[in-house]
Amino acid sequence: MSAEFILQQLLNGVSLGSIYALIALGYTMVYGIIQLINFAHGDVMMVGAYTGWYCTTVLHMSFLPAMLVAMLACSVLGVVIERVAYKPLRKSTRLAALITAIGMSFFLEYGMMFLVSPQTRTFPPVFPQTIYHIGPLTVKYGDIVIITVTVCLMTLLTVVVKYTRIGKAMRAVSFDKEAAALMGINVNNVISATFAIGSALAAAAGVLIGVYYNTVQPLMGIMPGLKAFVAAVLGGIGIIPGAMLGGLALGLTEVFVSAIGFSTWRDAGAFLILIIVLIVKPTGLLGQNTREKV
Amino acid sequence: MNPRKNGILSLLLVLLCSVLVLAGCGTPAAPATPATPGGDAGSAGEPINVGLNLELTGSSAEFGLSGQNGMKLAFDKVNAEGGVLDGRLFNYISADNKSEAGEATSATTRLVGEDVIAILGPMTTAAVLGSIQIVTDNNVVLITPSGTNARLTVNEDGTVNPWIFRACFIDPFQGEVAANFAIDALGAETAAIAYDIVGDYSGGLAENFKRTFEAAGKTVVREEQFSAGDVDFRPIIENIKSAEPDVIFVPAYYTDDAHFVLQARDAGFTGPIMGGDGWGSGDMVGIAGADNMNNTYCVDFVYIDDPSLQDFVNEYQTAYGRAPDGFSVLGYETASMLIEAVKNAGSTEPEAVRSALENLGEFASISGVMTFDPETHNPAKNAVILEFVNGVREFKQIVAPK
Repeated sequence: MSAEFILQQLLNGVSLGSIYALIALGYTMVYGIIQLINFAHGDVMMVGAYTGWYCTTVLHMSFLPAMLVAMLACSVLGVVIERVAYKPLRKSTRLAALITAIGMSFFLEYGMMFLVSPQTRTFPPVFPQTIYHIGPLTVKYGDIVIITVTVCLMTLLTVVVKYTRIGKAMRAVSFDKEAAALMGINVNNVISATFAIGSALAAAAGVLIGVYYNTVQPLMGIMPGLKAFVAAVLGGIGIIPGAMLGGLALGLTEVFVSAIGFSTWRDAGAFLILIIVLIVKPTGLLGQNTREKV
Repeated sequence: MNPRKNGILSLLLVLLCSVLVLAGCGTPAAPATPATPGGDAGSAGEPINVGLNLELTGSSAEFGLSGQNGMKLAFDKVNAEGGVLDGRLFNYISADNKSEAGEATSATTRLVGEDVIAILGPMTTAAVLGSIQIVTDNNVVLITPSGTNARLTVNEDGTVNPWIFRACFIDPFQGEVAANFAIDALGAETAAIAYDIVGDYSGGLAENFKRTFEAAGKTVVREEQFSAGDVDFRPIIENIKSAEPDVIFVPAYYTDDAHFVLQARDAGFTGPIMGGDGWGSGDMVGIAGADNMNNTYCVDFVYIDDPSLQDFVNEYQTAYGRAPDGFSVLGYETASMLIEAVKNAGSTEPEAVRSALENLGEFASISGVMTFDPETHNPAKNAVILEFVNGVREFKQIVAPK
């Protein structure tokens, strides 16, 4: 195994992991705030990918505006989903909300199939097809875009969560919903904002996946959605840096399981690592052991 | 409740939901639509009923409709010439199996009840599997135009299914054809294989490619697996690239393979890439890009622009106002096989027709000579290799069975 081969695979792993991380952020933020595993999240990503496809193919927009439109559309979609489907169930059992999330996931998948047919669509050439040769490495223009966009969005998210009023409110609600409400924080608005931000990140990931792999289809959100969920749990669900770390760890694991010649075990290997991590550290890589509140 | 429990619960829920969704799909079967072809059936003897159990709606409707048109063309032609067995005409009865194995079973049951001497179709392997028991119990022959799975005609223990026949070559043969093409036409000394581990199709092709390739003294330098629906192939492509094969064989379906080709070209692999008939339809070029598809080849059943097929193409065009495809040709050949067998048998007795089909031997059909093996009920017939040139599938060569 040459150094060049390892470096190339490392790059592949980082670019794949970045996408998982972007989707995982939405899972983890929503879980952090209302302890709901939003299974429709992967499908929000799919809607984002379709919006991006529509913007580039029909409206002939370039990549960045198309991604921004998709992010905007999906943040509205995320808020609507929360208001319509999850908010009425906030006081009922967690199982009820979970089932609703699964229902919403099917609704988005098959609703989209009904609207645009199950046919696979392809993007026009959005990126220049340039391939850079950096030393022995081949780097696609798309790889650079994926990694740059992910880093920018993550930095932006960190700034928002750490330094803005809404970010502080989100952390407060996540820490203790009742106490936050007593302090005058509008919990409903904070939850909506969380869904908006999470869905916008998913939309960005959707457009990136769509453009990079050159296809969109209504069921494209299922596998990345599940993997991102795993990434979120792996990093410690509810913890934002955990989602980033989990995503990268998952992407790199998948790539290196394939690289050492066990491509059949690619998914199995990734999930095995998840199981081991959770046995050793049940709260995830960055999770802290908290006492159960009584 | 902790997240892990949630995960398990949700998996169960997903399963439950899919069961419910699937259960909801079964709708009552539509009534059969008897079609009386031109000519007076009653005057010269009883008409011969033939059942067409085809995918007329659903995901494989494209295959079924093309197949049906081809079959009708063959029957209408023989009826117009005065029929068989001193003026008996063929009367075909269509039943829609909705591209579902369960519906195919009930369509077969219904057709058997209509006193058909044979059932033509279904087009797809899974739908044929659901009909084997019924036709065997009722002594009715079934000929599938395009069910390529080897298990349809020959059981696991090597015994032949006496009432099942087919008009197409089987999956393993494609692997042989591809390997011989790689050696003879591409001059490959080394090859890498990447195949889909879900389902029998891709693995079967890969296995037979490898066997043929290695039997010729060449080396398979790398084998990689993936699962249908994967979109990221970069890690396995990197593995394959480092083994430096002369050719890559990727016998899966078009979406997976198009992603594979795109990413292989991006990773700098410029050599030939080959696939099976799974590349024959769909928007491969749209996904992979016309430039990237150059220097790729696939095996297919028929090449519709083949000069020897042009009479058929014209007749089909006149009858239906549209161009035929490979499945139309297979449909036509399926019906021709039955017509020939009835002529040879001299009767429509089930056992006589069955035995005549089994002993068809060399049968000259529109796409070339088909040689039937009575031991396996499989025809040996020509395959074609298509090459993608600037985004268009072009005829490369015909490969005769060895």
